[in-house]
Amino acid sequence: MSALRRHPVIVIAGGLLAVLVLLILLGPLLSPYAVDSIDFDADWAQAPGLAGQHWFGTDSLGRDVFVRSLEGGRVSLLVGLAATAVSVLIGVAWGAVAGYFGGRLDELLMRAVDILYALPFLFLVILLMVLFGRQFWLVFVAIGAINWLDMARIVRGETLALREREFVQAARVSGLGDAAILLRQILPNLLGTVVVCATLTVPQVILTESFLSFLGLGVQEPATSWGALVSEGAREMERTPWALLFPAGLLALTLLCLNLLGDALRDQIEGRGR
Amino acid sequence: MMALALRRLLTAVPTLLLLVTLCFFLMRLAPGGPFDGERSLPPAIETALAAEYHLDEPLPRQYLRYLGGLLRGDLGPSFQYQEFRVRQLLADGLPVSLSLGLWAMVLALLLGGGIGIVAALRPGRALDHGLMSLSLLGISVPSYVVGPLLVLLFAVGLRWLPAGGWQPGRYSDMLLPVLALALPQIAAIARLLRGSLIDTLRQPYIRTARAKGLPETVVVLRHALRPALLPVLSYLGPATAGLITGSVVVEQVFSLPGIGRYFVQGALNRDYTLVLGVVAFYGAMIVLLNFLVDLLYGLLDPRLRQR
Repeated sequence: MSALRRHPVIVIAGGLLAVLVLLILLGPLLSPYAVDSIDFDADWAQAPGLAGQHWFGTDSLGRDVFVRSLEGGRVSLLVGLAATAVSVLIGVAWGAVAGYFGGRLDELLMRAVDILYALPFLFLVILLMVLFGRQFWLVFVAIGAINWLDMARIVRGETLALREREFVQAARVSGLGDAAILLRQILPNLLGTVVVCATLTVPQVILTESFLSFLGLGVQEPATSWGALVSEGAREMERTPWALLFPAGLLALTLLCLNLLGDALRDQIEGRGR
Repeated sequence: MMALALRRLLTAVPTLLLLVTLCFFLMRLAPGGPFDGERSLPPAIETALAAEYHLDEPLPRQYLRYLGGLLRGDLGPSFQYQEFRVRQLLADGLPVSLSLGLWAMVLALLLGGGIGIVAALRPGRALDHGLMSLSLLGISVPSYVVGPLLVLLFAVGLRWLPAGGWQPGRYSDMLLPVLALALPQIAAIARLLRGSLIDTLRQPYIRTARAKGLPETVVVLRHALRPALLPVLSYLGPATAGLITGSVVVEQVFSLPGIGRYFVQGALNRDYTLVLGVVAFYGAMIVLLNFLVDLLYGLLDPRLRQR
C-alpha cells in the first residue's frame, strides 16, 4: 500500500501492463477458437457480447476478434521486446565506447549518430521490406537498428560522467584493462539508465511495427499484429466497428502504460541523481 | 553566422549523398528485378527492357547516371506506371501532401504551443495533470489509429464529415486528415514546451521581471517564451519527419491522392525507382529543414554563433 502511495503511476501503469501481458499470453487459451479459424456456426460480423462464445464479436469473415486481438498483441509485444533488445545492444555498445574512450573516436561515433539522426529511417526500413521480402526476423533487426540513436546518446553522456568517478579510477590504477573496466565497472552502473531508455523504446518499436503492418509491409497473413488488425478493422468499420475498436484500444492502452511507466521511472532516477 | 551556415551545409550535403547511395545500392543488391512477373519474358524482350532502362550497364555507371539525373531534378522513369517519370508522379501528389503537412504543422504549433503554455503556468495543478495525461495519450495513439477512429465517429457515426477523398479547396475534406496527422505532434509539442517553459520561469531574470511589476502576460509571453521556444524549434526537424511518415498512412486511411499513396503503391509493387525517388525527395526535405532549423537556432541563440 505504501508503494502505491509513493509511486502511484509506476504501480498502476505497471500493474495494468502486467494484466495486459497476462491476458495476451493466456487469453487465447480461454477461447475455443484459433486465430485464423472461421466459426461457421456463428453469424459473420457478430456483435460483441458476453452471452455467446465470441466476447469481442466476430469480424466480417467470421473470425473471433478476442483471439485475434490477443494473438496480434503477442506478435506486437514480441517484436517490441526483440527489436528493443537489438537497439539496446547497438546503442549501449556504441555509446559506452564513445563515452569511455573519448577523443577522436568519440567525435567520430557521435558525428555518425548526428548524421544518421537526420535520415528518414522509417523509409529505409520500408525499402528493406520491399527489397528483401517480409521476413519476420528482418522486421526485428530493421526496427531495432533504427531506434538505437537515443540510447547511444544517453549512454555516452552517462559514461562520460562515470569515467571520472573514483571507483573507475581506482580500477584503472589497480591495473584493470579497458575492456574489463567497461564491462565490470561501467556497464553495471548504466543499468538504471538503460532500463528507463529501453522502457521508452518498446512503445516506439511497437508503433513502428504496427505502422509497417498497417501498410501491409510488416507481419503477413495468417500471422497478425495490432497494426494489421487496425488496418483490417478500418476497412470494415461500417459493418464491424468492434473489429477496429478492440485492437486499437488494446494497442493504445499498452503504449500508454509503457510511456507512463517509462516517464515515471525516468523521473525517479533523475530525482535520485539530484 | 556564415561559418555556422557553411559548417551545417558541409554535413547536410554528405547526409543526403549517403541516403541516396545507401538506397541505390540496397536496391541493386536485392534479389529479383522490377520486371520479374508471373510469366517469364522472352530473352530478347528482357535484353531490350534492360537496355531501355540502362540496367545492362556496369553498376558504377548506373549510379553515376542516377546521380547526374538527380542533379538535374530527374528521378528516372517509373517501372510500374510506364508512361510516367517519377518526377511527374511526385509533382502530381505534392500539392495534396504539402497542404496536408503544412496545415498539420500549423495546427500542431498553435494548439500544442497553447496547451504547453497553459499547462506550464500552474505546474502540478489539476489542469496541468489533465492536459499532460491527455497529451501522453496523444503520443501513445498513432495517426493510423486516430484516423480510422475519427472516421468512425464523425463520418460513419455522426455523418458530419466525409470519410475520405479530396477536392481542392473543400475544407471539410481536409479537417479529419489534418487532425489525425497533427494530434501526435500537438501532444509532443505541448509536452516539450511545458517542460522548457517551467524551467525558464524558474530563472532569476524572470523573478527580476516580476519584481519590476511587469504584468504576468508580458513576463510569460515576452520574457520567458522566447528562450523556452528553442527546444521546440529543434524539435521541428523530427516533427517534420513524423508528419511525413504520418502522412503516408493518413493518405492511405482517407484515400488522398498524395505522394504517400504512390509510395505505398510503389512499395507493394516493387517499383524501385518510385520508392527510391520518394525516399530521396522526402530525405532532401528533412535534411533541408534540419539545416534551416540549425540556422534559425544560430539566429535566436547568440551563444551558438561563437563556437
